[in-house]
Parts: sequence; C-alpha cells; structure tokens
Amino acid sequence: MKGALTVFRKEIGDYFSSKIFIILLALIYIAGLGFAYLSIQAIKSAPMSTDQALLVKVFIDEMFFLKLYTVGEINAIMTFNFVRFFGAFIPLIGIMFGFNAINSERNSGNISRILAQPIYRDSLINGKFLAGITTISIMISSIVLIVMGIGLRSIGVPPTSEEILRIFIFIIICVIYGIFWMSLSMLFSVLMRNVAAAILTAIPIWLFLTFFWPFLSPQIANRAIPVPAGATLATQISNVSLTVDLMRISPFILFYESTAAVMDPTLGHLSMRVTDSDLSRMIASPLSISQSLVQIWPQLIAILALAMICFAISYIVFMKQEIRST
Amino acid sequence: MNDVMNKPIIIAENLTKQYSGKTVVNKLNLTINEGEIFGLLGPNGAGKSTIILMLLGLTEPASGSVRVAGFNSTKEPIRVKRVTGYLPERLGFYEDMTARQNLRYTADLNSVASSEVEARIRESLEIVGLEKNKNHLVATFSKGMKKRLGIADVLIKKPRLAILDEPTEGLDIKIANQILDNILILNKEKNITFLISSHQLNLIQKICSRVGIMSKGNLIGEGNIDSLDRGLFSAGKYRIEIELSTVDPSIIEKIKTIDTVVEVSEKDNVIEILSGEDVRPQVSRLVIDNNLLLIRMVIKDSSLEDIYLKYFKEE
Repeated sequence: MKGALTVFRKEIGDYFSSKIFIILLALIYIAGLGFAYLSIQAIKSAPMSTDQALLVKVFIDEMFFLKLYTVGEINAIMTFNFVRFFGAFIPLIGIMFGFNAINSERNSGNISRILAQPIYRDSLINGKFLAGITTISIMISSIVLIVMGIGLRSIGVPPTSEEILRIFIFIIICVIYGIFWMSLSMLFSVLMRNVAAAILTAIPIWLFLTFFWPFLSPQIANRAIPVPAGATLATQISNVSLTVDLMRISPFILFYESTAAVMDPTLGHLSMRVTDSDLSRMIASPLSISQSLVQIWPQLIAILALAMICFAISYIVFMKQEIRST
Repeated sequence: MNDVMNKPIIIAENLTKQYSGKTVVNKLNLTINEGEIFGLLGPNGAGKSTIILMLLGLTEPASGSVRVAGFNSTKEPIRVKRVTGYLPERLGFYEDMTARQNLRYTADLNSVASSEVEARIRESLEIVGLEKNKNHLVATFSKGMKKRLGIADVLIKKPRLAILDEPTEGLDIKIANQILDNILILNKEKNITFLISSHQLNLIQKICSRVGIMSKGNLIGEGNIDSLDRGLFSAGKYRIEIELSTVDPSIIEKIKTIDTVVEVSEKDNVIEILSGEDVRPQVSRLVIDNNLLLIRMVIKDSSLEDIYLKYFKEE
C-alpha cells in the first residue's frame, strides 16, 4: 500500500502540472461557466417571457437551483445544457487520464526500473488508478461547486437540502462515469504497447457509443420488430422497449438517464419517454429523491460494474504480463 | 580477490526458463559470493537478461530456484529488491523530471527516511559525477549521463548487491571506463557485490574477479578469465600453431607420433597441434630434420579472442 501511495503522489503531481490537464480543466471551466451563464439569463428572463418552452422548463417544479444545470440553451431542436455537456466531455477526460498509463512506462523503459524497487507489482497500476480517480473527482466537483456558488449569488434563491443532495449525487454519477472511461482506456494502455494505438482505439469507441449508437438502436429495433401503419399498441410498445434496451448498451445512455432523473426530477420517470413538447401537458409531480434513486439505481450499478470489469481485466493482464528484457 | 569471504549472495539451482516453448535459460547453476564482481558475458540473446529478471523476481522461472541474499526471489521478491539495485538494459527515466526528482522517487519507493533522502541523492550523484546536473531535466541528458544516473539510482537504496545489465553498451570508451572505475571503487569501498551482464567481453572482463560465459541459454564456462581458456577450448591442453613455407604430408604423420600429441590438422600451410604438453622443442626438431622452412610457431593462448570469435560473433 505504501508503494501505491508513493506512485499516487507522483502521478497526482504529474497530472496537475501536465499541459493536458490544464487544457482540459480550462475547457471544462469555460464550458461550465458558459452554460451557467445561459441558465442564469434564461431563469432571470423567464418571469417576463412568453416562450412556452422556457416557462415550462423553469417553472415546472420548484427546484430552481437545479435549473442552473439543466436549462442552458433552449431552442426548437434540443436543449443543450451543463448536464448534457458533461455527458459528452467526461469520457474525454477519462480517456486522457488512462490511455498512456502503462504503455508509456513500458516504452520509456521506466517500468523495469520501477518494478525493481521493493514495491508490489500492483502498486503501479493501483497508484495510477487512484490518482486518476482523484484528479477526475477534483475537476468535476470543482466546476459543479463553482457554478453552485455563482448561481447562489446571481439568482438569489438558496438551494434546499434536497437540491444539494441531488447535486452531490450528480457529482458522484459523473465521477463514476469518468472512472469507467478511464478504466477502459487504461485497459487499452495495458493491452497495447503503442500509445497512439491505445488512444485511437478509445476515442472511436467513445464516438460510436455516444453519438452513433443512440441513433442506430431505433433502426435495429425497427428491423427486428417492424411497426407498420396501424400496428397494434403491443407491437409499438415492444418496438419501443427494444429500442430502449438496445440504447442502454451504451454507457452514455446510462449516464444520460441517471443524470436526467436526478437533475430533472419531473422528467425522472425513466419508463416514460418525454419530449419537450409533451412537457406543457404534464402535471408537475417531481419525484422525491428516494424515488429518483430507485429509478437510476440499475443504471448507476451498470456503469460502476463496467468500470470495475475494465479495471479488473487491466489488473489481471498487467499482473500476468512478462517483464521482458526487450 | 581471493581474500573475499566465501559467503554466497546469489545461489541459482537448475534455473530454467522458456518463452513460448523455446528454452532461454537451461538448468543454470551459479553461485556468486559476497564482495565479488561477477561478469555474466555472452552475445545478445544468450539469456543473460532473463537470468537477471529471475534473480529479481520480475519473471518466474519455469523450474529450478534462485536465492538472493538468503531470500527466494520468486516467493519473496520484495525482500530481494530491498537489498538489490538493478540497472536495466533498456534504462529509462521520467524525462520531464530533474535528476534529483527521479532519484527522489526511487528513494520514496524504497521508503528512505525523508531526513536522509537529500544526503543520499547528493552522495550518489557525486559518485557518478553528476552533482552539477542535479536540477537539470533528464530530457537534456546524453546517453552516457543517463547510464551514470542509472548507477546513482542503483546506489540510492544502499544495495548489498548491484545487478547491472549492459552498463557500458553504446557508450564511448572514455565514459565506459569511467563507469567501470566507479564500479571498482564501489566494490572496494562500499563492499557492494556486482553482477554485470555484458556482450562487451573485452571491456568488462578487466574488472571482473570471475566471469561466466553464456551461450544459447547455457552457462558454458565459469571462473577467472585465465582459467577459462584452456578449460573451454582445449580441455586443458596446449594448442600450438606452426606455419611452414610448404607442408609435406609426411611431417603431419611424424608430428602425430610425438607423445602427448592428440590431434593435428592442417590448412593453408598452417598446422595446428593439440597436445597435453608443450611440445614445441620436439616439433621444431622435426621441422628442421625434414628440411622444411619454419615461418612461425606459437602457443595459442589468446583464448579471449577465441571465446569472442566462437561465441560472441555467432549471430
């Protein structure tokens, strides 16, 4: 454990002084503050607005504070807000902290020198993993909390204890999601000697699961269960549920559903598909926090399990890999 | 060098390793005593690095066992690594860190008390002559400086045994000799046992108290360089080479009749004689009696060259 702590300290130091960390941190801060600004503007203008969508979005429940993270930019096509931005950006952070974890040590020739020191072999991978988790947690929670502070000053409504709890759950989901992507790219760093190969494998997987799979799933479902004009309700339902099941293969969807349930309590019934135009007809009945948690529990556990599986495979492969002379 | 205590620090018994079915190290038996400088010599791919990895417990042997400083390398690698310094063949440092920061990391991994770390770093860097480069990034170091930093890195933990894999490879002769001098001094003054693996036989054997010659996974000879030659090549016999202006087949038959001569062969007017004793006087008499012209006659004891040619140039 002592060895892992030493590795941890060094890696943390490396991360915090690396250019890639500073750039990612700057990007996430700029984007976070940008979305907070948009939300604040929207919330402030809402009472005088005639825009139906905005009114519904802001006043559907009383959780004004969460609106800081969920309103963002509203237009006819889609909402783009802080939460959705995180869904797209966190994988990148995770990949950046994992893709060269082991193979760079190998390529630079450091690995045999380090493993010849009196530490257990897993100290290296454990230390790096812990350092990655810590760095990701710091990056995510700092911007979420900064937005919280700014929001407190500018909208003037203090968060309720439930809202604070929801925001913390949101941070935890984000961190777990980040850990999953870090574990996945760390797995590639164990399996592939070439650093470029590792990152060029991780990024397409991220692109595919995040941007392609959600659009592909309905197509697959339509092939499997066609819905002709005048199809029975049962057919339609089974088509939709197959679509949803397929979509949930992507961790992005799991993340999206769980954050939506936590941060948008009114929309939090994951069994219902709600479009923005449905909103105005909905009765405001935000889920209680425990109900939200019940909703997202399977999603959360699934992401966590995926992260653990990736790490476990990396760990086992790393422990079994021969340290060869060449 | 014979006054060193005969306390073994490395004992390898029937050590064997295969990589994908190919035997890389074959039933190695080797004992190295405390205070020695042992040279493990052989061409690339002879299995030297694999032996070292097994000594450190970084690779598990297929069969056989190895003990370092009394600990089983496979079962108690941490204890072995606490007293053993290792300079890998492919040596790497964190390039974006200074020499001091790199050594500091090694010290931390060895749990050196923080009050002592800076003093040890200074001392180690002074020994290898890098104290002026303490705060320079390793990225700016030349290959020779990195090797020297590698030696400093080995010294940080105050090892009893230092294992250096190809410490002089790719260095110019001046730097290489500097490193060899460092090794000699450390061996004498700090009583560090050295195991040096190298394919640069001529360079390394100068400082070794004993060497082992590896070829294709087998330890084919062990001892000091002088005793190795006859043992390895002539099975304890003398080899005499004579060159004549012309060779008469009858002379070969006559030489064969000399007592103790075992084997005679001829090629391009050069006759090679293998004999249990130095038979030069008898051979020269035969040559003169047969009216042949002798161009040269030597006892071949430049065995180092032979070892080199036979085993090191094979690839």
